[in-house]
Amino acid sequence: MTEKILINAHIIDPSQNLDEKGSLIIDEKGKIKSIGKNVKRSDASSNAEVIDIKDNILIPGIVDMKAFVGEPGYEYKENFRTLSNAALAGGVTSIVTMPNTKPLIDNVSMVDFIIRRGRDKSSVNLYPCATLTRELSGNQMTEFGLLSAKGIIGFTDVIKTVQNTETMSKIMNYAADLGVLIMQHAEDLELSKNGCINEGEVSTRLGLEGISYIAEKIILERDLSLLNEFPCRYHVNQISSKESLEVIKQNKEIGKKFTVGVSINNLSLNENDIGDFKTFLKLSPPLRSEDDRIALVNGVKSGLIDVIVSDHTPEDEESKRLPFAQAATGSIGVETLLSLALEMYHNESLPLKKIIETLTINPAKILKINKGSLKIGNDADICIFDLNKPWVVKADDLKSKSKNTAIEDRKLQGKVIMTFLNGNLVYK
Amino acid sequence: MAVIKNTSAIKNQPKHLLGIQNLSILEAKHILEEAKEFIKLNRSNSKKLDILRGKTQINLFFEPSTRTQSSFDLAGKRLGADVMTMNVANSALKKGETLMDTAMTLNAMHPDIIVIRHQDSGAPNLLSQKVNCTVINAGDGRREHPTQALLDALTIINRKGKIEGLKIAICGDILHSRVARSNIYLMTMLGAEVNVIAPKTLMPIGIEKLGVKSFTDMKKGLDNCDIVMMLRLQNERMQGTFLPSKREYYEFYGLTPEKLKFASKDALIMHPGPMNRGVEIDTKLADDINVSLVKEQVELGVAVRMACLKIYCK
Repeated sequence: MTEKILINAHIIDPSQNLDEKGSLIIDEKGKIKSIGKNVKRSDASSNAEVIDIKDNILIPGIVDMKAFVGEPGYEYKENFRTLSNAALAGGVTSIVTMPNTKPLIDNVSMVDFIIRRGRDKSSVNLYPCATLTRELSGNQMTEFGLLSAKGIIGFTDVIKTVQNTETMSKIMNYAADLGVLIMQHAEDLELSKNGCINEGEVSTRLGLEGISYIAEKIILERDLSLLNEFPCRYHVNQISSKESLEVIKQNKEIGKKFTVGVSINNLSLNENDIGDFKTFLKLSPPLRSEDDRIALVNGVKSGLIDVIVSDHTPEDEESKRLPFAQAATGSIGVETLLSLALEMYHNESLPLKKIIETLTINPAKILKINKGSLKIGNDADICIFDLNKPWVVKADDLKSKSKNTAIEDRKLQGKVIMTFLNGNLVYK
Repeated sequence: MAVIKNTSAIKNQPKHLLGIQNLSILEAKHILEEAKEFIKLNRSNSKKLDILRGKTQINLFFEPSTRTQSSFDLAGKRLGADVMTMNVANSALKKGETLMDTAMTLNAMHPDIIVIRHQDSGAPNLLSQKVNCTVINAGDGRREHPTQALLDALTIINRKGKIEGLKIAICGDILHSRVARSNIYLMTMLGAEVNVIAPKTLMPIGIEKLGVKSFTDMKKGLDNCDIVMMLRLQNERMQGTFLPSKREYYEFYGLTPEKLKFASKDALIMHPGPMNRGVEIDTKLADDINVSLVKEQVELGVAVRMACLKIYCK
């Protein structure tokens, strides 16, 4: 690889508090050699490839903390190759993958498989999670130590929650000692049983069983109480309501250490968007009211929420073309994550720096990985986007194998134009 | 030229009756007016018309039903349509075929009307997107049961002369009831004041936003009401604990002659059936022809469904 110099870039890297016009040099090994306004053409070697960024924005490659890849078992929904293509088109260079595959990733042999398979077939950095409990049963914790040693980044039951408080306390106690990351899906499954959308006027009108905000809040309160006793690395995957945010605020204010994620869907859509039974908007946690959505956006702004995730959940059409209650849950989103997030910049809800922070350095810090930052010596994983380019989301144009986007026909502003991975231009 | 083709395509799109929510007040009144004509016909000796001659009506019932299914069956036959009732217990749906596949299969046989009842809210909406015939909702999950509300309205008009200005109480398992929802939309649209009465656990959240007042005390809820609609306690939809016992429910929410006294003195009772006698309604009260409209509801149900079939199947 020859050196590359990216000139005329508007660099935003919250990890170094950078927001300036400048250049970036990628060395022969695909690492960042220098960055910033003081970098000159002459700092790069004479044979370096010059790429003009034309004043577009250059940020660290995005780290998506929650995406589902169908391998193994659901290759017809998404495979490593299609997920990588979708991710790179969205400027995402690192992905935390969910373990609810078939078979589940709940033992060491599966980790070997998934890491080998991912290395061979994917072209992004993959960070696999294992399940929190064996067979997602909610009873027996998985082998945190052995699995971590094999390269598992965190533990989550994805869409299930450990219901038994005693089990959860043991998990947190054990995890605290090992220093492993617990990623909780906060939902009391008894309270949310049969529910498919937010409980409220819309569920009453549509005649669908609702999921109350209490289902989320009660698990959060429980876990955060346990956290007093067992201070492990605790992360809530996605919250959905203003009441949950209130709990988070109280706990963060007294200095409790934990982190919080939110899905881009819950920041951009509300329950009314479900309209006449649009199953692509059946999500978990569910879309809630406009008040909740606004509270969540403000939660990102104030730092109560640390990361924004795509919650990329590919589902084939057959699983979605069913009566709402029977339809599968989830929507794809890795490719539209940044563009949809930029909507909050354009409508002046969030500063640009905040959005980028929640997509890059914040998730990297939680995961304790050396990503999401353009510090000298780091891998040159870079996303370059045109902040103002208008486009319309069309499912058929998206690169995911499944086309279940929640934002079909949405008019967005801002689009990725180049993505670099380890210094290589992998999407243009 | 293309534009002209497009408009004709839009014109030919079938109309569907998916819920009262999608109806305008004019449409609702139109159905009720048409239905009045059929009441007389149904009481005469010669009941058969040929308005729907040559049309095929399929009744697709995914949930057991006696009165709605037979009512649609008779309505179609009296209008001259060829009516087929699909018994879902024997269909491929039991073999794992999806609703969509069944819809496509039936659609290929060129029916003119599909009457559907389904346990999932929104199933008729989904069906209507995929077939090119008229879809009539005969009850979906807990969402809507439009023809029931229309027949209730017709029954009230038949007895009271109007709906506007009346005070109507809907009492019982509001949470699981599609009849309650459709009636709330229709009665408020036609100018009635609606009270809903239920224990908290059977009252859906946000019900007041549909334009009704909610009560947990039957005495207050029935105050000065002209019509008392009782709902069936839907045991088959109840998962988990909603009530301590039927006995306690009857004590507080069962309609008895004593509780009826809280309503207006010439109040009339309705029930969509089937009734749980002694659970939501006193058995003598249910059969008292002076106050109970239950039999009339069933009778006028056929007339309303004939009107719907006539209007929607063109």
